Order: sequence, then C-alpha cells, then structure tokens
Amino acid sequence: MTSASTNDIEFRSVAKRYGSVTAVSDINFAVPKGAFMALLGPSGCGKTTCLRMIGGFEQPSEGTVYISGEAMNGVAAYRRPVNMVFQQYALFPHLDVEQNVSYGLRQMRPRIAGAEITRRAQEALEMVRLGGFGKRRIHEMSGGQQQRVALARAIVNKPKVLLLDEPLAALDKKLRTAMQIELQTLQRELGITFVLVTHDQEEALSMSDFVCVMNAGRIVQVGPPQEIYDRPASLFVADFVGKTNRIAATVDNGGASLVFADGTRIASPATATPSAGSAMVALRPEAISLKRNGAAGTAALSGTVTHRIFLGSSVEYSVDVDGLGDFLVTADRRALGDSDLVEPGDKVGLAFDPNALHVFPA
Amino acid sequence: MPVATNTKRNLVTAALVAPAAAWLMIFLVLPFIAMLVFAFGERAPEGGYQAAFTFAQFARLPTRAAAFWNTMVLAPVGALVCLLVAYPVAYYLAVKANPRYRLILVSLVVVPFWTSLLVRTYAWMYILGSRGIPNLLSMIGLEDVRLLNTPGAVLLGIVYGYLPLMIMPIYVSLEKLDRRLLEASADLGAKPVSTFFGVTLPLSLPGVMTGVALVTILLLGEYLIPQLLGGGKVFFIGNALVDLFLQSRNWPFGSAIAVTLVAVVVVILMVAMRIAFRVAGTRQVDLV
Repeated sequence: MTSASTNDIEFRSVAKRYGSVTAVSDINFAVPKGAFMALLGPSGCGKTTCLRMIGGFEQPSEGTVYISGEAMNGVAAYRRPVNMVFQQYALFPHLDVEQNVSYGLRQMRPRIAGAEITRRAQEALEMVRLGGFGKRRIHEMSGGQQQRVALARAIVNKPKVLLLDEPLAALDKKLRTAMQIELQTLQRELGITFVLVTHDQEEALSMSDFVCVMNAGRIVQVGPPQEIYDRPASLFVADFVGKTNRIAATVDNGGASLVFADGTRIASPATATPSAGSAMVALRPEAISLKRNGAAGTAALSGTVTHRIFLGSSVEYSVDVDGLGDFLVTADRRALGDSDLVEPGDKVGLAFDPNALHVFPA
Repeated sequence: MPVATNTKRNLVTAALVAPAAAWLMIFLVLPFIAMLVFAFGERAPEGGYQAAFTFAQFARLPTRAAAFWNTMVLAPVGALVCLLVAYPVAYYLAVKANPRYRLILVSLVVVPFWTSLLVRTYAWMYILGSRGIPNLLSMIGLEDVRLLNTPGAVLLGIVYGYLPLMIMPIYVSLEKLDRRLLEASADLGAKPVSTFFGVTLPLSLPGVMTGVALVTILLLGEYLIPQLLGGGKVFFIGNALVDLFLQSRNWPFGSAIAVTLVAVVVVILMVAMRIAFRVAGTRQVDLV
C-alpha cells in the first residue's frame, strides 16, 4: 500500500455492522490524489455504506478511514474536507439556486465577506453552466439542472474529495451520457479526487481511472477499467461488468486443456494454468465470431441462431449451441458485410481465440 | 373527453360537495349573516334584538376593552408559550424518538384529549387553589401565595389545554422533513445548531404557523379556562359574550363584539399564512 500522503482516501480493514448484520467487512483500498474512483456493485453490496463512511454519516465498526492521511474515526461530517453529491440531490427546497450553492460558503469560519460568497457561488454556477439561474427556485429547475446545482453546491467549498452517490441515476440516457463527459471534464479542471458510487457498470467503466467492484459487503476486484473488463478476477466480476457467456467445463491434461460440458476439447488460455477439477469458463459475446455453416474455418462449437437483436452499430445474436445452451454473440457491424448478417434459423459455427476464455474454479 | 362524461363527472363532484356546502351554509354562513344584521341593530326593551341600523353597538366596544385586551394579549402569548413547549416535544417525537415507540409516544400526546377539558381544568383549580400548591408552599414558609384567578393561572391552563394542538402540526412537518437535507447541511460544513436554524426550522415553519394559527384562533374564542382559572378577574371575549347573550340579553352588542372578533381572526390568519408560505418558499400544495 502506498504512503498516506499520496492517497486522498484510504480504507484500512474497515468493517461496518448494524446490530448482527454485517454491511461491509475487510475493506482495503486507496484512492490516489486526483484520481477518479468508482465503487461498483449491485444494490446492497455495501458501496453506499463505504461512501457514507467517507462522508462521515456512518462510522466504521472496525478499522480506519483516512482522508489525506488523517484518521477520520469519530470526526463529524461537518468537519471533513469532503463534499457529496447526494442521490436525488437533497437540495434545500426553501432556498433559491444561489443560496443552495453558497450554503457551504456561509458555514465557513472565519466568515467570508458577502460579496466574496456571491462571487464564488457565481463562479461555481458558471462551471456547471448555470450562470443566469441563481435566483430560480429549486422546484423550477429540471432534473438535469438540479443535478448541476447539486454539483455546484458540492464543489464550491473546494473539497479535497468529491463524493458522488449515484449522481446520474435519475437522468434519462442522453443526459446521462452528456453528464458523464461533463463530470470527467470537471474532474480534470478541478484536479480533485472523485469517488463515485454506481450500480451501472457502463458509468463506472467510462468515467473512472479505477474501479472497485464490490459484492456482498466485500471488495472483489480493484483496478483500471480495462483490467476489470479484460481480466475479471472472478466469475461475479465477469458477469457483473459487461455481458458474458458461462460454460461449464472440466480441466484436463494437467491444466493444458478444457473439456466443455458437451465434450468439446479446447486448449487452456496461455495466460493461466487452471487447477484440475470442474471449472466455469467465461467468454465475452464480442470475442465470438459466427461462421456460416459450410464455410471453411476453425469453429469450435456449432449451433442455431434463435434471435437477432439489431442495435444499430452492432448486432446481438442469441445462438442455441448444441449441448451447451444459449450463447450471446455480439458482432460489430463494421466487421460485417450486409451478406454476413445471419438470420434466425441459420446454422452457424462459433469461433473464438482460446486466450479470450476466462477460467474460474466452479 | 366526451361531453356526457364531463357532465356526469360534474354531477358526481356536486353530489360530493353538497353535504358539506349545505352544512356550512346552514350552520356558518346564515348565522353569521344573522349576527351581522344583529350587530347593526338595537337591544329590545325586554332584551334580544330590535331592527334598526346604527353603529351604536360598535361605538360601545371600548367598554369591553379589558376583555379584548386580555384576549389579544393572552391568546398570542399563550400560543407562543405553547409553541416553545411544543417544538422540542415535536422535534423529539419526529426526529429523535426510536421509530418503534414513536406511535405510542404520539398517542400519549393525544390521550388527554379523550377526557373532557372541563374535568382537567377543574383539576388545575384544585392544584392551583389554596389547598394545592399554595398549601405546600406554606409548609416551607411561603405564606399567602396566590396562583388561582391570576393571568398566570389562565396562561398555564391555556398552554396545558392546547399543547397537543400545537405539537401535532409541528410533528407532522418535522416528520416529513427529508433526513438527507440534514446530512447535506452537515456535509457542507454546518454544525448541528446551524443545521437546525438553516434547514430544520425553516422547513418546519408551515407546521409552526399552522399550530400557532390554530391555537391562537381557538384561544380567541376561549371561554372555559378563563372562567375557571381566571375566576371572573381575568376574562376573555368569550366570557363577555356569554355575559351579554345570556345575562344582560343584549344581542346586538354581543353580535358587534363577535363580528369584530371574527374580523380580527381573519386578518391574523391571512398574515400568518402569507408569512409561512413565503418563508417555506414552496408551493401551497407541497405544504398540505
């Protein structure tokens, strides 16, 4: 683990229990200064609990949370150098937009002059492109605008760390994509550390420098997005991050080959030598290419196309593979000529590089 | 929408509104009109009402200045003291109390309402009377302490009697308060006291205003508590009305006083509500 001074956030053996229920345990991770970290996991995995322990709304039952190298045990939320963008924003309904944004500035001691407060609040509003909206009431703002107000309110105090709790969950898809880019830009401009909680793997992968995947109160993998996607540490990660096909198999030949449930024998991926016994193999849908029956090739498996889902830039096929059940296959349209589009009912062969297989103990 | 459905819907609406409208018409609007007419009339020689049009009754209002004064001072002061006692209770019930016991605690606030206010006020007569607290005080050498039949006794009775009516609306507005707003305030660096004055209090103001308006209005018409605990020395407009209608049978003068009281209440209510809505900054529908 790197030294405290280069990390803005560090969890050391943190656990949180509510009565007899353990929300999270054995949490260890560090967020380097200026990094964008995403806590990703299904609902109830403990990611929000972790975020709330950084914010100071929950205290760990065990272990220590460090902010900029300082232990935060027992430090109240209002004394912490972090600010949060709340889920559904938690904007003050009795204050206008500018008053919401300047709320944090007005809490500063020694007090800041009124003119300075107004100037900084305006500056923050400009940053989120809400320049002329200062006097609006909160209920007069759209969901996307409220999102920006919450963002401006959280960055106006220049926190060391910005916490974001499912900040884009309430927005429609187009707006969400636009905000993802804006958040990334904002983070680069401000140079402060961002910690994002999300259950949306696409959001986590697209915005963050590091992804911390959690499940059932524990961290299952920490790493850069590509690593998480390309080298999932467990079947859970492979399943949760992106789409995946699972194939039941047994490891044979001292780890050198895999035998699928239908009897197909395939060389183990070069990157790993799985231990003997039964295994679960994960294969990304885009790692598979479909070959029309009769075409010469090295198709390992064969099956029948059952569904075709046209997605514009890509096509998703559902293929019933003989002896192995349904497979999902994604084909990028650029890689296909129109004549290559196979139809439901077509017999196809499935080809893939054995190195694209991820083998996990079953 | 087809016309037929529209007509049908209007009929249903009318049917639903009719009972309440009829009730208010017969028991509120018509009596009020009668009172308004009486207020400009004269007392018949043998008592009651005699048709006339005169402002004489309103000109005589100053003769009941003491009743107006007591009502106008003790009603708002009573409501204010009520508020000071009720707010912490409501805050505890809505924010601090264990949710498991909340319902029980809230019903404890309401339970006294199940017994008659008359009986409970009688109890206070004994507690404050010479055989009550003054008797105990004399044991430790404090002689001749008079509690009953003082403005203080009336105030105490008022606060005691109307406390639940103040607690409930404040409790409701605090209970609705989004806890994440308090977290957001703390997150932005506000100490608990600043959070209370910056978020909790402003957002509970509609409840506070409702409670104050409710208690003040009811107190303006209060009769029982000043009668029993004020002993005829601290009397309210309500007592003056009973006196005028039942004793001296001067209906026109009584009506003039009652009409004036209603006018005052309406003005207070309008001002209070306007302030509440402005401070809360939300649309009216959000507050109900």
